[in-house]
Amino acid sequence: MNRIDQKFQEGKKLLSIYFSAGHPNLEDTVPVLKELQKAGVDLIEIGLPFSDPLADGPTIQQSSTQALRNGMTTEKLFSQLENIREEIHIPLILMGYFNPMMQYGIERFCSRCAQIGIDGLIIPDLPVDVYQEEYKSLFDQYGLYNMFLITPQTSEERIRFIDRVSKGFIYMVSSASVTGAKNTFGSEQTDYFKRIAALQLKTPTLVGFGISNAKTFTAATEHSFGAIIGSAFIKFLEEKGVGEIDSFIKSIR
Amino acid sequence: MNYNVDEKGYYGVFGGAYIPEMLYPNVAELKEQYLKISEAPDFQKEFKDLLKAYVGRPTPLYFAQRLSERYQTKIYLKREDLCHTGAHKVNNTIGQILLAKRLGKNRIIAETGAGQHGVATATVCALMGIECIVYMGELDIKRQAPNVARMKMLGAEVRPAQSGSKTLKDATNEAIRDWINNPVDTHYIIGSVVGPHPYPDMVARFQSVISEETKVQLMEVEGRDYPDHVIACVGGGSNAAGLYYHYLNDSRVNIIAVEAAGKGIDSGASAATSALGKEGIIHGSKTLLMQTPDGQITEPYSISAGLDYPGVGPMHAHLFRSKRAEFISVPDQEAMDWGLTLSQMEGIIPAIETAHAFAVLDLRSFGPEEVLVFNCSGRGDKDLNTYIDYFKL
Repeated sequence: MNRIDQKFQEGKKLLSIYFSAGHPNLEDTVPVLKELQKAGVDLIEIGLPFSDPLADGPTIQQSSTQALRNGMTTEKLFSQLENIREEIHIPLILMGYFNPMMQYGIERFCSRCAQIGIDGLIIPDLPVDVYQEEYKSLFDQYGLYNMFLITPQTSEERIRFIDRVSKGFIYMVSSASVTGAKNTFGSEQTDYFKRIAALQLKTPTLVGFGISNAKTFTAATEHSFGAIIGSAFIKFLEEKGVGEIDSFIKSIR
Repeated sequence: MNYNVDEKGYYGVFGGAYIPEMLYPNVAELKEQYLKISEAPDFQKEFKDLLKAYVGRPTPLYFAQRLSERYQTKIYLKREDLCHTGAHKVNNTIGQILLAKRLGKNRIIAETGAGQHGVATATVCALMGIECIVYMGELDIKRQAPNVARMKMLGAEVRPAQSGSKTLKDATNEAIRDWINNPVDTHYIIGSVVGPHPYPDMVARFQSVISEETKVQLMEVEGRDYPDHVIACVGGGSNAAGLYYHYLNDSRVNIIAVEAAGKGIDSGASAATSALGKEGIIHGSKTLLMQTPDGQITEPYSISAGLDYPGVGPMHAHLFRSKRAEFISVPDQEAMDWGLTLSQMEGIIPAIETAHAFAVLDLRSFGPEEVLVFNCSGRGDKDLNTYIDYFKL
């Protein structure tokens, strides 16, 4: 069974953390993963840096740019993760834009992911219909899940379609925005969370974008299976360093 | 072979809409509406009226006498440089602002490199009384001060793009991010035949007035409505798309695209996407783009700010790949020399982008009865500082 499915059977509110591979320092990738697991995080999204991350706000952009300056590449990331499954047992997801994956070669990319023990991918600029037509069979062949996003603007018809073709979880973008931390959610977001919960989708949802502290985590997970923190964690990592990760996670739940 | 866009939004293997889900409703709405709206008679009437009374169309098709004599062939210039705001860009912004109004949008965003598209967008927003925000790379804001001032005079807000390399590609990223943050009330006016479907086709259609007029004008002077060669410079490729449009599927017409070689194709400072680019995704479109082996998009270079885009529109990628068009690249120096030549032989000071196209006359030979149409896409006022520095004028 895919580790992601297993995780969702545990029945608790899940915390997923996103960070950019190779940031703040090139060799921080593996230490960050270890600290996150130790702190009790449920899933980890490892960001593959890209020069033009158009769905991301300033924090993730800057961490991505810094990672590239540090010398991060697709090959470098795979080599850092080569033996990661000896120590990390929670689900690992690679999140990145499609162009670097295309240049690496999609089949070769999938094959490396499978070999390392990556459980799934999130590719914000690969639309679900293109994925279905051109890449799904390849991902299936290598046992990789591909997770899709929905937003407050996504129509019910499209949400139903995405639910039908989804495995793992649906990434629920909290509001019409690029990534970045917010301090609080308004009634608009709460209504949206409730509306999606009422659809009774077959695929569980994780809420992402704008979650930064215990308050937003609690609000986001009230009507979903869990939440994803990216920008707030990256900021913390920059300021406090890898050694303090545990205190950040404990401040969330 | 068909060189127009297919029903799925592709030109051959290029095009499509590789966009984050956050943009799906906006792009889907546009895809559903753009033809319905732009082909309706009331739209066409308003569009044509504005092109005539406001832009100054039809632009002349001018027979370049002295140039034709020197090169022993028939050279015509399609005078897009005479359009209001100084270039072809305004054809597209007029079309898109009318579309935005009909979609009920009350806020316009745009990206700009040299500032030409920004000025053309600010102009139509002033004309319609609609809020306008133009994203421009921080570096470009410093380099193109007069156009920044123009946009401000026209009432637009110019927002610096501070991410990445702080130039056109980053301004485009910022505009896309703005659209993600404002999905309901905002229309994004893209300035070239780039971006997710339907943008490349929509912009090409609005620019297609260039070849539509060329056909009529050529018939009057040459007794046939097609030339032997159509020649245009290509950055993203909107002026070229407009000139090629009605000739794409006419095999009697040879298509020549001229890219900026910058300091030379192998110099590491070039914008010759057809020579240096590989298939990939940029700004929501599958096309040819300049990138590292690892898939990071690289920063192009050309002395003309309007040609230094790291990609090329998907239509052009397909024209190149299918060999329908001949692609050549011209270095800074030859383009600058042609700026001077055209000024002194025809009394037309061209934009540096435009000047690139004419270098084809030194690279190919043409017969005395052959008819060449160049897109004289923009005037050189905006480039005076570059000309002054380069020629020590």
